[in-house]
Amino acid sequence: MNTRREERKRAALEKQIDENLRRVYEQETQQEVPDRFLILLERLREQE
Amino acid sequence: MSRAADSKAQSGPDPRSELVDHLPALRAFALSLTRESASADDLVQDTIVKAWTNIEKFQAGTNLRAWLFTILRNTFYSARRKTRREVSDTDGIHAARQATRPEHDGRLAMNDFKVAFEQLPDEQREALILVGGSGFSYEEAASMTGVAVGTVKSRANRGRRRLAELMQMAEGEELDMTDRATLAVMAVNQPVSR
Repeated sequence: MNTRREERKRAALEKQIDENLRRVYEQETQQEVPDRFLILLERLREQE
Repeated sequence: MSRAADSKAQSGPDPRSELVDHLPALRAFALSLTRESASADDLVQDTIVKAWTNIEKFQAGTNLRAWLFTILRNTFYSARRKTRREVSDTDGIHAARQATRPEHDGRLAMNDFKVAFEQLPDEQREALILVGGSGFSYEEAASMTGVAVGTVKSRANRGRRRLAELMQMAEGEELDMTDRATLAVMAVNQPVSR
């Protein structure tokens, strides 16, 4: 009984983990891209 | 397949013009590997150059992001193999530093989570980032990391389980100052110094 409760608690926690992962990742991807990358792409394009 | 040859126009624009759309994801992935933003951005830069100059190797119609992630990852690991002898990553310090960005509510939980995540072995962190964070399928993650699907699954599951343990610990730790709790608290109280 106890173990089943723990099992359920763990499943909930793991679900929360996936949500957190997504949130952390989304947070990171919402940061603005620094100019250096746009400049780099521009330069690569010019070299073609 | 036979259409591939004349599908340039049909398959849409030059994939190089789409690179820019993947920059945020590439940076996030790079950060998860390097755990340090300066080297993460260097890694992204190398990846862009490689992708640009090898764009003919990209198969139209396949997942560009997965292709880019694979390049980034290979670049990271081959560079790391070269510099293996360099300072071994001082995990705790990195983790604490990474967690200093104060956020709105729930920040302690989030910081706990980040700190715990940083402590996972590279393989588990990577599997979770690819599958849990960026939403690749297990199959895609497997081909990107060059291992069997089952391996990715077990890495991801072990990572989740480990995180669950770490976070459970974090929940009831008011009195029990484990290293992790101390780290998290320090991380929260430490002013962002720039």
